[in-house]
Amino acid sequence: MASRQPAGARPGAKFAQFKLVLLGESAVGKSSLVLRFVKDQFDDYRESTIGAAFLTQTISLDESTTVKFEIWDTAGQERYKSLAPMYYRNANCAVVVYDITQAASLDKAKAWVKELQRQANENIVIALAGNKLDLVTESPDKRAIPTADAEAYAREAGLLFFETSAKSSTNVRELFTAIAKKLPLDQAGPRNLRGAAPRPGVDLRPEAPGTQGAGACNC
Amino acid sequence: MDEIAPEYDVVVLGTGLTECVLSGVLSVKGNKVLHIDRNDHYGGEAASVNIETLFKKYRNVAPGEEPWKKYGRVNDWNIDLVPKLLMANGELTNILVSTDVTRYLEFKQIAGSYVQQGKGPKATVAKVPSDAGEALRSSLMGLFEKRRAKKFLEWVGEFKEEDPATHLGLNVGSCTMKEVYDKFGLEDNTRDFVGHSMALFPEDEYISKPGMAVEAINRIRLYVNSMARYGKSPYIYPLYGLGELPQGFARLSAIYGGTYMLNTDIDEVLYDDSGKVSGIKATMKDRDDQSDAMKFETKTKKIIADPSYFPGKVQVSGYLIKAICILKHPIDKTDGSDSLQLIIPQSQVGRKHDVYIAMVSSAHNVCPRGYYIAIVSTIAEKDANHHLELEPGFERLGEIEEKFMGPPIPIYEPLESGEKDNIFISKSYDATSHFETTTYDVRDMYRRAAGEELKVEGLREDQQLAQE
Repeated sequence: MASRQPAGARPGAKFAQFKLVLLGESAVGKSSLVLRFVKDQFDDYRESTIGAAFLTQTISLDESTTVKFEIWDTAGQERYKSLAPMYYRNANCAVVVYDITQAASLDKAKAWVKELQRQANENIVIALAGNKLDLVTESPDKRAIPTADAEAYAREAGLLFFETSAKSSTNVRELFTAIAKKLPLDQAGPRNLRGAAPRPGVDLRPEAPGTQGAGACNC
Repeated sequence: MDEIAPEYDVVVLGTGLTECVLSGVLSVKGNKVLHIDRNDHYGGEAASVNIETLFKKYRNVAPGEEPWKKYGRVNDWNIDLVPKLLMANGELTNILVSTDVTRYLEFKQIAGSYVQQGKGPKATVAKVPSDAGEALRSSLMGLFEKRRAKKFLEWVGEFKEEDPATHLGLNVGSCTMKEVYDKFGLEDNTRDFVGHSMALFPEDEYISKPGMAVEAINRIRLYVNSMARYGKSPYIYPLYGLGELPQGFARLSAIYGGTYMLNTDIDEVLYDDSGKVSGIKATMKDRDDQSDAMKFETKTKKIIADPSYFPGKVQVSGYLIKAICILKHPIDKTDGSDSLQLIIPQSQVGRKHDVYIAMVSSAHNVCPRGYYIAIVSTIAEKDANHHLELEPGFERLGEIEEKFMGPPIPIYEPLESGEKDNIFISKSYDATSHFETTTYDVRDMYRRAAGEELKVEGLREDQQLAQE
């Protein structure tokens, strides 16, 4: 179902949309990673997340395959363990972020991976991102988590793994591309066709036509 | 753990729908909001729960027993605790669209809207006609009555409160709905289904109350317009259950800077010398480790809360009785509908208040395929044997796999407006079948708490996101 074409696409072209959620301790750079990926921007003095809660970005894997990410930021609701089940619902992929200069942040990341495995879809694609690589490039003694340790954990838990820098943009695109490649393009649920095809339910917008797509059938 | 801010503009207690809508709107308007719930989940009384939680809430499950096991995966169930649906053209839909919370949710139609005539074995169930044309085909009326009903519904469609030419010579400001019905010569049965299954009045008081005609007409218009929106029924429903609604508005609040703390008890509410609220003391519990609780104190100018946080500041206005029933079949005589509302008007079964049935199913991702969840509800009229009051509803359901029914649920309302202490308390979810009264309460509370009318149209365009 995910291989439906948007209007005007070339024959044979594949287009799929996936929900991606971000997780990780406060201040590890979740929003910065997304901002770099979506807008190619970085802000040194970015405060705790307000605003960037719903962004989309498209990746072309090859000439005929396009993947669109619908990216959900925690909007700070993770701070006091108050993320809603809605956040995990139908997430196809997740980026769990830690800060390579903060030893405890990898433990928090591991806890988030556990939470994902408990709450999210069974076949969710999870990537582990060790962020703030730029700080370590400047002064290597700031590193608190050896690459090998995180890599070993990621392998064991079946996660994609990258060390990234939202600031210098290192490995950001690579991270999202690797996720796109690992997603099952032919098995996406109806929700993932959002934007590419009529949504399964009704569209509430006043200008929307009355009945939409599958909403008309009794299935 | 991050520090809690020393002061908030508003502290909101409870994450029911009313509280979450207010929290979302206030955050968008630039207020600094702290939103707390003593439970470890969102939704309060308006939550949707899984089947294990439902068994544990309503039954004494013996240790070692797991009666929910035969119903498949626990998390495939999202069972509403409050039986309500959204009117497609109603105010909650308007708020959802204006605030863009629709981005986080998906909706589906409810497949049918039905009404019962008669009682016992002779009872018939029919589709509620949605417009003048359908009235002509309805099995609810005889030939001549159909024509009268068609005329009436056509007039309702043309009615304009500000245009006396559409008033048929009636003084609509003060007349009763009885005078309107009399004008069209409608029979009692027609008045019954128009008033109860279209205007959705739960009892008959509206008929003889002077000045109620305009409200009744507007309610019928809301029904007809909602029906016209998507076609099958006037109702829509969020996939995964009503519990998604408060979560969506909580997310809106968080995006605009609202701080969320579940699993947090209020230890004390602090007041200043003039008796106005000045702050709270609270404890955030740790899910896994009870010794790891975090105590904190913060100032606030206002508190918005559901009734359970201030038992001394509310009174009981009535009792709702309901039974959550799990079925393995659609309801008889409803065309195999996967979801519906069925109203049993009070007069048909010798009661003062209607009996409602709201049913959803796997079509709305609230249960595994092959199951149906029907909630039968009404307002309590007796002091005991409440299951007998719901009996007309159970009769419609046929074979019931499981029936979950607790004691009557008190419906609370605040004793005061909140002007004196700056504590604004919501009403409990009432017995109506939709969220229109909930949105009246949202508007009323906003007016009292913020000192202005709530205008949701264009709400988000007016505000700059702090970081964008």
